[in-house]
Amino acid sequence: MTETKQPDVSAGPAKSALRDVNFDPSAPLLEVENLQVEFHTRDGIAKAVNGVSFSVAEGETLGILGESGCGKSVTAQAIMGILDTPPARIAGGEVRYRGVDLLQLDESKRRHVRANKIAMIFQDALSSLNPVFTVGWQLGELYRMHTGASRKEAKVKAIEMLELVGIPAAKARVDDYPHQFSGGMRQRVMIAMALALKPDVIIADEPTTALDVTVQAQVMQLLADLQQEMKMGLILITHDMGVVADVVDKICVMYAGHAVEQADVFQIYERPAHPYTKALLESIPRVDQKGQELTVIKGLPPALVNAPPGCSFHPRCTFATDRCKTDEPELYAVPGGRSSACHYWEEVIAK
Amino acid sequence: MTTEAVSAHEPAVNTDPDVVLEVRDVKKYFPLTQGVVFQRTVGHVKAVDGVSFQLRKGETLGVVGESGCGKSTLGRLLMGLETPTGGSIQLLGQEMAGLKPKQMRAMRRNIQIVLQDPYSSLDPRMTVGDIVGEPFDIHPDALNGQSRREAVTDLLAVVGLNPDHINRYPHQFSGGQRQRIGIARALTLRPKVLVCDEPVSALDVSVQAQVVNLFERLQEEFGLSYVFIAHDLSVVRHISDRVMVMYLGKAVEIGDEDQIYGTPTHPYTQALLSAVPVPDPRLKGRRDHIVLEGDVPSPANPPSGCRFRTRCWKAEDICATEEPLLQIRDTSDHPSACHFAQPRDVIGAVQDEPAGPDA
Repeated sequence: MTETKQPDVSAGPAKSALRDVNFDPSAPLLEVENLQVEFHTRDGIAKAVNGVSFSVAEGETLGILGESGCGKSVTAQAIMGILDTPPARIAGGEVRYRGVDLLQLDESKRRHVRANKIAMIFQDALSSLNPVFTVGWQLGELYRMHTGASRKEAKVKAIEMLELVGIPAAKARVDDYPHQFSGGMRQRVMIAMALALKPDVIIADEPTTALDVTVQAQVMQLLADLQQEMKMGLILITHDMGVVADVVDKICVMYAGHAVEQADVFQIYERPAHPYTKALLESIPRVDQKGQELTVIKGLPPALVNAPPGCSFHPRCTFATDRCKTDEPELYAVPGGRSSACHYWEEVIAK
Repeated sequence: MTTEAVSAHEPAVNTDPDVVLEVRDVKKYFPLTQGVVFQRTVGHVKAVDGVSFQLRKGETLGVVGESGCGKSTLGRLLMGLETPTGGSIQLLGQEMAGLKPKQMRAMRRNIQIVLQDPYSSLDPRMTVGDIVGEPFDIHPDALNGQSRREAVTDLLAVVGLNPDHINRYPHQFSGGQRQRIGIARALTLRPKVLVCDEPVSALDVSVQAQVVNLFERLQEEFGLSYVFIAHDLSVVRHISDRVMVMYLGKAVEIGDEDQIYGTPTHPYTQALLSAVPVPDPRLKGRRDHIVLEGDVPSPANPPSGCRFRTRCWKAEDICATEEPLLQIRDTSDHPSACHFAQPRDVIGAVQDEPAGPDA
């Protein structure tokens, strides 16, 4: 792969906007602490994210695992600062990038943090790309906006980025429109866009869900290679327990807005400490095992507007007792630097 | 170009009463037209190009392949929703092609479909009772003396829905429950064969298992045969007795679940299986990973000879000139469409290198 020369960001408008922000290079890369996001709906307040904390270091991959409606995408949008407010409201918590709480920055500064420091890859590449502009134009726009590059320079950069993500004949394809690319290629373009300004953190929200397995393998491989090469922190949001097992270092399992369990990837698959994680692992068929009986998690995920009192998983939990109905579990520390929001984590882990 | 040998491994005449569905060399070409007023056909998209298989009573045939391989078109052909360009589909020993509409309607009772998206396949303005009972409008005699309401509440109970919810609308149900409504609707006329087109792909993981188990229970209860179309190879392995792998409109390999997953002989099957992520971090980097290059070619202009050759690491000159037939070979105990078919255990093969504590 050709070495990409990055434009000198310090010369562009980014510098001026972020001038009086003191990022501390020795501080942790990204820390999310007690993040709370609410949605004000007609039916009441939906607590989409309810006190989620995690951190990502350079070159590390964090997987956020959960079903639809568990708050994983909202968490990502809150970090990126792209939540629609209202109806959403960040009710509390901090998102610290290199020691600076991004939630306190004004919009013009956040705009420069996006793409330059933290970038995002979206799930649906077809609807994330604008159908009436060429791929090259959309990629180049980033450079023109953030670095003040000319159109000509931007196009050269766009070709470089397309080459980096392995698009054949990038020079010719730079003038193509999104519909002329296949699904996998479009996702590569999305990755190129996210990486364009060399961010330190990449948030990938279900990057391969819409893709076929063979293409999924290509895209995940590409993402992992680029991450290693650029030493970025990667947050991978997915519902697929197979994909996370393959690529991530540590996992944060979310359920109904809570981070119910956090652990490194080996521990969590070996000995889950939360009943939800355990049940999930037992309920998915595996391609390398023959028709084992699938354990069913009874019931449905709760509606966020009226989440059950106590532990939000208790109506579906096999370990639940009366205590779980009233007493919301704190995040217990589990040996091995893990955490689990279950009163009976010792029982769960022992089983 | 002849594709004679498709039936090499299948008996020519369906004499086995256990065979409920017999598909022979079925084809569906969609014309590509040009011109506004006078449309000229400039080519064909060969969505399904000569597929053959048998389905027995109580059996599940999994059909896997990537998007665009023709698996959904195959499902529509089986349902009679598309007219085949060629070949034959025999349901319960009766040829489906060329049936008069009235006969077709009677035949359709025996084969029903469960669609992928439970959000768009249910009419939002009909109640659950109307949706599940609608087939009785066309086939009133299927009621067998039961009242319609009774029949519908029975069906709802069978698929695990609360019969009291008969007057609710689809939006009042979750995704998993909607899929149950779709299944109940498919079961209304007591079909023999159920075509399931990606029935669990739109569901959440924790709900998916519920629906998969429901399919298994219904199969036992009603002696159903399934054609289970899906792209998720883990789910297909779980539910299927036999599996057919499709690529660009052709079946490239067909066999028992053990043969396909344990000793796949077609390179495409091997690549497909190796790409499936396994939820076990200890296997990270130790599994046999075959990363295919490039994308699936356009079905309007498929490669000559073997259609997989453009992405195949085994391809040689013969692959471009001679189309490999789907047949049992010296090196393959089940039908495989590859000149160089060779068993390779891509799933079980794990390099022995303890990466973590052993279970």
